[in-house]
Amino acid sequence: MDLLTPTVYSYLTVALVMFALGTIGVITRRNGIVVFMCIELMLNAVNLALITFSNMWNDPAGSMLVFFVMVVAAAEAVVGLAIIIALFRNQQDIDINQVNIFKW
Amino acid sequence: MQALFPLVILLPLLGSALVGLGGFVAPGFRRNESLLGGLATLMVAIPFFIILAAFLTFDGQPLQFSLFSWMQAGDLDIRFSYEFDQLSLVMGMIVTGVGALIHLYSIGYMHGDPGYYKFFAYLNLFIFAMNNLILGDNFAVMFLGWEGVGLCSYLLIGFWYQDMPKAEAAQKAFIANRIGDVAMIIAMIMVFRLVGSLDFSDLNQAVASMPGDQVFWISLLVFIAATGKSAQIPLFVWLPDAMAGPTPVSALIHAATMVTSGIYLVARLNPLFSASPEVMAIIVVVAALTAIVAALIAMAQNDIKKVLAYSTVSQLGFMFMALGAGAYTAAIFHVMTHAFFKACLFLGSGSVIHAMEHMHSVKDPQDIRTMGGLRKYMPATSTTFWISTLAISGIIPLAGFFSKDEILASLFLFDTGFDLYKIVWLVASLTAVLTAVYMTRLTMLTFEGKQRYPEGKHPHESPATMTIPLWILAALAVVGGFLGLPYLIGHGEYHLLNHWLEPVIRNNPAIEANASTGKEVFLILFSTLLAIGAVLFTRNLYRKHDLEADVKVKKAFGGLFGAMQGKFYLDELYQTVFIGPFMMIGKKVLSWFDTNIVDGAVNGSGTVVGSIGEVFRRLQGGLISNYLLLITGGVLVMLSYLIFG
Repeated sequence: MDLLTPTVYSYLTVALVMFALGTIGVITRRNGIVVFMCIELMLNAVNLALITFSNMWNDPAGSMLVFFVMVVAAAEAVVGLAIIIALFRNQQDIDINQVNIFKW
Repeated sequence: MQALFPLVILLPLLGSALVGLGGFVAPGFRRNESLLGGLATLMVAIPFFIILAAFLTFDGQPLQFSLFSWMQAGDLDIRFSYEFDQLSLVMGMIVTGVGALIHLYSIGYMHGDPGYYKFFAYLNLFIFAMNNLILGDNFAVMFLGWEGVGLCSYLLIGFWYQDMPKAEAAQKAFIANRIGDVAMIIAMIMVFRLVGSLDFSDLNQAVASMPGDQVFWISLLVFIAATGKSAQIPLFVWLPDAMAGPTPVSALIHAATMVTSGIYLVARLNPLFSASPEVMAIIVVVAALTAIVAALIAMAQNDIKKVLAYSTVSQLGFMFMALGAGAYTAAIFHVMTHAFFKACLFLGSGSVIHAMEHMHSVKDPQDIRTMGGLRKYMPATSTTFWISTLAISGIIPLAGFFSKDEILASLFLFDTGFDLYKIVWLVASLTAVLTAVYMTRLTMLTFEGKQRYPEGKHPHESPATMTIPLWILAALAVVGGFLGLPYLIGHGEYHLLNHWLEPVIRNNPAIEANASTGKEVFLILFSTLLAIGAVLFTRNLYRKHDLEADVKVKKAFGGLFGAMQGKFYLDELYQTVFIGPFMMIGKKVLSWFDTNIVDGAVNGSGTVVGSIGEVFRRLQGGLISNYLLLITGGVLVMLSYLIFG
């Protein structure tokens, strides 16, 4: 087995690891910006998987979808950062565990 | 001609819609009394002339027409189909003819009432329903009319509904009628199951092949329904209370037309009833009891309309006695003559009440004890009232004499020996005497003697729109009887009504077979002498003693008088036997069921949802990380279901 030549499986493994790391980060980290970065990580893991499959099936639809995801991610970054700034202005803190107003 | 027939049904409906809705949306139209009343009167008068034309050109073949199919399911096919045959033509002329006169009368009587347009809308709707009842050729259309007239009766009795007793009287009438209607519905279901059709003609043809017990039950149920609508024991208690309505309503609905629909129905189904002698015996006994009880009560009443109301119940008893003897023609004959003189009496009483109300000095404008001597001021009303009183008393040769004599004769001639029908005949003769006595008393106290209302203002005669119908009805009460000359004259050859109705009505043949000139002469002399004697006796008594004669009457009846005044305590009896326990059950059992079971279910579902929420709201801790964890967990569950499931 040739470990040096990349195959579909190697790309997908990387994507899986990135997604898992992102998920764990989103759940466990308390710093709002880090959570935010982890979400970006998950999005990019998905992008990588899309590109891989697109290449594998020789279907440009996957690549095209990646651009969509990137555009949405950019927009989301704008909104997300704005929320974090607003949060900081209000509470002088971006620890999301301090933002416990979403409750009954 | 044929093309005009639907108008008989549709014009009153159209009139009702125009007057009612028009008056509702257009206040200017509402105030235009002559237009409203004139339109409504026209919508009844035109059908009358159409029916009259159909009557005059009638060639013996029933004229049928059908509007549209109402409902169709399997064997059941109910059409809005109507039939003009000899019986429905006679009834149709009575209903629309008397109806049109009473519409005309109401124009003056209801003047100034804020509900003027409503009154005429209801009145037209009543004529529509009544036309359905008498012209429909099957049970379903008839029942539509049957319920329709009940509804209109309810609406019109409670016309002045702000007055609580009047609203209660309306409810009483409606509920008493509903009890009869249940019997009618059961009868209809039985007919459909047995005959497979709801047409009257199919039923009448199928009677011969029907099992005897079924005939018994169907005819008994129809009769029970008739006791509700036509005010017989045990359901007659609503009719006297129904006098709470405006007087034209009492005349039209509760004297001339609606209350005779039970008699019409029995006559329409005469083959069915003739096939069940047991039911006929029940009818004759119930009718005789009703007639005598109502006549006794009428003796002791002081409200002018109450006397007439009990008189109506009593006269309806006469009609049912005729039906019970199988003399259907005699019953229809009495329906007709009674419609004339009783409508006239009621309209006359309305005229009197109208006059008394306008004096503003009498506490109760309907109490005959505060009237007296009105003849001087109200010549037209008193003359027509006297004519009708003599007619209802059975004075020869007015209309009531012929029809009442025919009923008495058919009861007498039903059998040759002494049996149930002879007893009924005796009761009926006694009732006829009582009728003459209480009617003469009423008229004497109202129009003759000295005036007992306060001096000063005196009553005025009513306007022409009110007196013209009185004169027409009084004239009919004079000549109406000649349509049915007795057997004595030409052996029944000149009984025009009998010949006319022969194709649809088969009277009990025993009556004619038992008739002989000697018996006829005896019967006529007997009833004439009784009637004239009773009228003259009462007239002299009240002329001499005026109001004090009531004391003598009271003494003559002794202990019975209290019961008569108390209406034989039937209302109280029903209150304790039926209404009281019913209310008890309602208050104790049903209200418990309502508060605990029904409300419990409603509140319980709310409580259950609330307490479930109480548990699960704990999940909403507010920590974003927890939410995210739950979302991830949820996605994982869904994914694993999709992949492994």
